Amino acid sequence: MRTPQTRSYSGVPRWVYLPAGVGVLLVVLPLVAMMVRLDWSRFGELITSQSSFEAFRLSLQTSFASMLICLVLGVPLAMVLARGSFPGQQLVRSVVLLPLVLPPVVGGIALLYTFGRRGLLAPVMNVFGVSIAFSTAAVVLAQTFVALPFLVVSLEGTLRTVGQRYEVVAATLGATPSTVLRKITLPLVLPGLASAAVLSFARALGEFGATITFAGSMQGITRTMPLEIYLQSVSDPDAAIALSLVLVVVAVLVTVVTAKIAERSMV
Amino acid sequence: MPRKLAAAALTALVGLGLAVSGCSSPAAVNGTVTVYAAASMQPTFDALKTTFEAKYPGTKVTFNYAGSQALATQLKEGASADVFVSANDAQMKVVTDAGLASGESKVFATNQLTIAVPPDNPASITSFQDLTKPGLKLVVCQDTVPCGAATKKIETATGITLKPVSQEDAVTKVMVKVRTGEADAGLVYKTDVIAAGDAVKGIEFAESSKAINSNSIVLLKNAPNSAAGQAWVTLITSAEGQKVLTDAGFGVAK
Repeated sequence: MRTPQTRSYSGVPRWVYLPAGVGVLLVVLPLVAMMVRLDWSRFGELITSQSSFEAFRLSLQTSFASMLICLVLGVPLAMVLARGSFPGQQLVRSVVLLPLVLPPVVGGIALLYTFGRRGLLAPVMNVFGVSIAFSTAAVVLAQTFVALPFLVVSLEGTLRTVGQRYEVVAATLGATPSTVLRKITLPLVLPGLASAAVLSFARALGEFGATITFAGSMQGITRTMPLEIYLQSVSDPDAAIALSLVLVVVAVLVTVVTAKIAERSMV
Repeated sequence: MPRKLAAAALTALVGLGLAVSGCSSPAAVNGTVTVYAAASMQPTFDALKTTFEAKYPGTKVTFNYAGSQALATQLKEGASADVFVSANDAQMKVVTDAGLASGESKVFATNQLTIAVPPDNPASITSFQDLTKPGLKLVVCQDTVPCGAATKKIETATGITLKPVSQEDAVTKVMVKVRTGEADAGLVYKTDVIAAGDAVKGIEFAESSKAINSNSIVLLKNAPNSAAGQAWVTLITSAEGQKVLTDAGFGVAK
């Protein structure tokens, strides 16, 4: 089977294509299966029903809110981890990244015992009259919990790749750290920051386990797309498939946008 | 007199012998039994698993506990199991109508709703009417699951409309919300409250009699282990199984 090396060397042994192809199939086949299974004549009606519409609207709103919170908390966190130096830095990094590897339902339980009506922070929250049980705020909190590490990891990587040359130069020219951050660092990492934000948005959009455990399930208030799909999958599988495909389209858009941003930043 | 006694003893012995042979033949009961059971069955079935495995050495019972309608969907999609246990007639009908059952299903227990509240009853709930208190955090089951269907039925029968803050897809999830104190009250089965012990407080209400759910059991047609599956059905419907069920708060099937 061995042919003489006439073609340019690619560094990829040919047999590698087999498992790689199987990997692609593993992702593509289930998507195709959904499309085959769907009763397309009902597609329009299924995705425009009141419950579907409310779930979609809620998902977009909460995911956007989560992304904003992720930016507010995640950008400083990534900077501290990439540039800062303090004792226990490695430990902080591991802890912040924990939601990446934790099953989301565990996150939901943890949130319940922290922000729940009888949770750790309940005495403080009661003083201020804040209760987020079964509210949209609980959904955003659950989504932020699982999405934050995506933004932090992604941005920290960008910060390290970009390096500190320009920052050092600016500093020697007398710029204060805040000026360096505003004029040098942030513009430099902007593409990376954008794709990190999109990633956290996507993760928030797909959040299920932490939400259903922590926020409950109520149409228009806490029942996001994944919850609605789960609910429909047992009563009206066609509706579940139709909604799933809507999320697939959103996911594809997100991937394309992220790839485009990454491409532009390479130039 | 002694002859009568001897005859009775003989009859009993023969009966016992028949019963024993009835258990061990024609097909031997061993291997794994897969039971798809409504979430509300968990505490009793977990207890009966021990009984079953002791009775038939070499067997192992595995459960898939979920909302009955989720299980019915899984079975319709080709999930492989020996026995299906539904928490109401509607979901049993889904499975039998799909031609998945072997023989008739059998109602073996009934269950009815009760109000579960955290032990300190923070919202001071004493009746079904109290569940409409403004600001109350009430959690119920989604309409499509048996506990939710029963809730809906009571609402219709009483003309009282509930405004829950969350509709869960299984009764067990409602229990979690009450246990953790997230919810002020939840509508669950009487058996759930008994199983939870001191973790929640149950408040019975007369209107619950408007919706009594029948728990039914059936052997599945494509059961990989039908001999053991049948033995599980027999245990559940036997006096021994019935005692465990009634102790747990289930009603006796008529």
